[in-house]
Amino acid sequence: MMLSRTLERTGQVGNGLQVLRRIAARPSGLVGLILLAAHLALALAGGLIAPIDPSIQDSDAILTGASWVHWLGTDDLGRDILSRTILGGRPALIVTVLGTALAVAIGGTLGIFLGYVGGRIDAVAMRFVDAFLAIPWLLILLVVVAILGNSSLVMIVTLGCLYSVAIIRVMRGATLDVVAQDYITAAHIRAERLPTILSREILPNVLDVALVEGAMRWSWMILTFSGLSFLGFGVAPPTPDWGLMVADSRNYLQITLWPVLPPMIALSSLILGLNLTADALAKALGVDRSQR
Amino acid sequence: MVRLLINRVMLAAITVAIVVTVVFFSVEALPGDACTAYLGRQAQGERLTTCQQDFGLDRPAVVRFGEWVANAAQGDLGQSMARQKSVNELIGYRLRNTAVLGVAACLIGIPLALLLGVFAGLRRDRWFDVSASSVAIVLMTLPEFVTGTVLLVIFAIELKWLPGIVIASATSPISVLLSGIALPALVLSSIMAAHILRMMRSSVIDVMATDYIRMAELKGVPFGQMVRRHVIPNALIPSINLIALTIAWMLGGVVITETVFNYPGIGRLTADAIGDRDLPLVQGIALVLAAIYVGLNLAADVLTLAMNPRLRTAIGRS
Repeated sequence: MMLSRTLERTGQVGNGLQVLRRIAARPSGLVGLILLAAHLALALAGGLIAPIDPSIQDSDAILTGASWVHWLGTDDLGRDILSRTILGGRPALIVTVLGTALAVAIGGTLGIFLGYVGGRIDAVAMRFVDAFLAIPWLLILLVVVAILGNSSLVMIVTLGCLYSVAIIRVMRGATLDVVAQDYITAAHIRAERLPTILSREILPNVLDVALVEGAMRWSWMILTFSGLSFLGFGVAPPTPDWGLMVADSRNYLQITLWPVLPPMIALSSLILGLNLTADALAKALGVDRSQR
Repeated sequence: MVRLLINRVMLAAITVAIVVTVVFFSVEALPGDACTAYLGRQAQGERLTTCQQDFGLDRPAVVRFGEWVANAAQGDLGQSMARQKSVNELIGYRLRNTAVLGVAACLIGIPLALLLGVFAGLRRDRWFDVSASSVAIVLMTLPEFVTGTVLLVIFAIELKWLPGIVIASATSPISVLLSGIALPALVLSSIMAAHILRMMRSSVIDVMATDYIRMAELKGVPFGQMVRRHVIPNALIPSINLIALTIAWMLGGVVITETVFNYPGIGRLTADAIGDRDLPLVQGIALVLAAIYVGLNLAADVLTLAMNPRLRTAIGRS
């Protein structure tokens, strides 16, 4: 028999530094963390690093390859690819970080509540959740964007609400495991109020599941957002954004690959890094995703 | 068994009904209507009233919804706004084209994924498994437009083996479409195959750890026969649902893939309809896609029940 490399799930998340160290103990986790950290640093310090203003159009340098002035070349309007790539992750990161936070907050609250209350409310709510999960999400997203426009706020709220539905299911499942425990019965006997039981007794014991779920959903949300912006429904044009950059320069593939490659590499490495980190996090906390 | 089937069919019908209602009334609840969305900044004065009268938007929402449902039930999805055609006419050919693309992707992706998944599962943690699983993770995490663009650059621009962009119109015969189908089908199948491969791998690993496999080994059943007779049939069951789910996922994936390759299918029509804010068309597409999605899931449930006698009796009893 092979020894399982997955640690026992304790339910406790514990100290953040310890968790990071346990993620980094796996080669794949370490690669993921490095990629993720690099992307966050670039997004935060991008304005200081970017060599040229990303919206300046240099009419003497259109679709040039790499040069001393433009290290990664220019696009069809003569804008600097390097600067646009450095800043192009910001829209995706801002929208998806806030969107994931919203999704985990809504999904976590409702999931814990439904799992704890149970009974008819739970049964009816879960029917709706299942029906909702059967709808192709991209379609709903596109319909909402078509009608309400593509401001960041609309994106965050829509993505957050859509992704929360799947999280409700997972968090409810995790809560069901906890509800039967003795300490919950003890809390009943102490006549604790409902909000106290949910937040003090149940939440700390399902926090690990919420964390893993959030990390995983975050990477899927970036995937979805980049698809939307590739289709032209993500961010308004002058703002640099990876998906939009690829879409804009697609027609010039015959001439040069420079405008398309850097944003594609940046986007792929971000999603891959996040995915590897989430996977290592699940293993470090002993949360088995396949059973839920 | 029959009761169970009726139950599932009812549930599927309810889901489609919910989707249609939600789409219709969320459009209603939002500020403006189909005409203001379509006309944009020009939505004022006479132009707006004419448009609203043409599409009957001056009547109450409930009446229009009832009418739309009654017509849809008879197979008439109404009139498109931006294109002077009926929604049926627009969707019909595109749906056929997407079906051709989807079938091509499944024919490449599913057998390949099942085969590689079984191999990876049987050789767990060896180099074949590690490399197949890593490639699968990378393919799963890449956005469709990245995979598509990379394949386009390699096979169409650098090697010039395959046509990059599909020039065929929506109504051209299937034989014309087939010439440009290779790259889009490859993109869809690679992502689909990655998901199925991982599922098949883990269920083969699960099956290999069961008592009946140990029993077969102890009886001295030859390895190849054991894999064929015991491992694959049992490992296949959990994969069926996933295959249906991935095919259903493809309905979303085609929106981007068809845009990358300019393929005249339902996906590009969706993107175009939303770009033009052609809400009647969007609504028709939503109904058709939801019906396909739910239908595929239903088919998977039925197939799983048919293939797994244990599940049949277990659910039948409860």
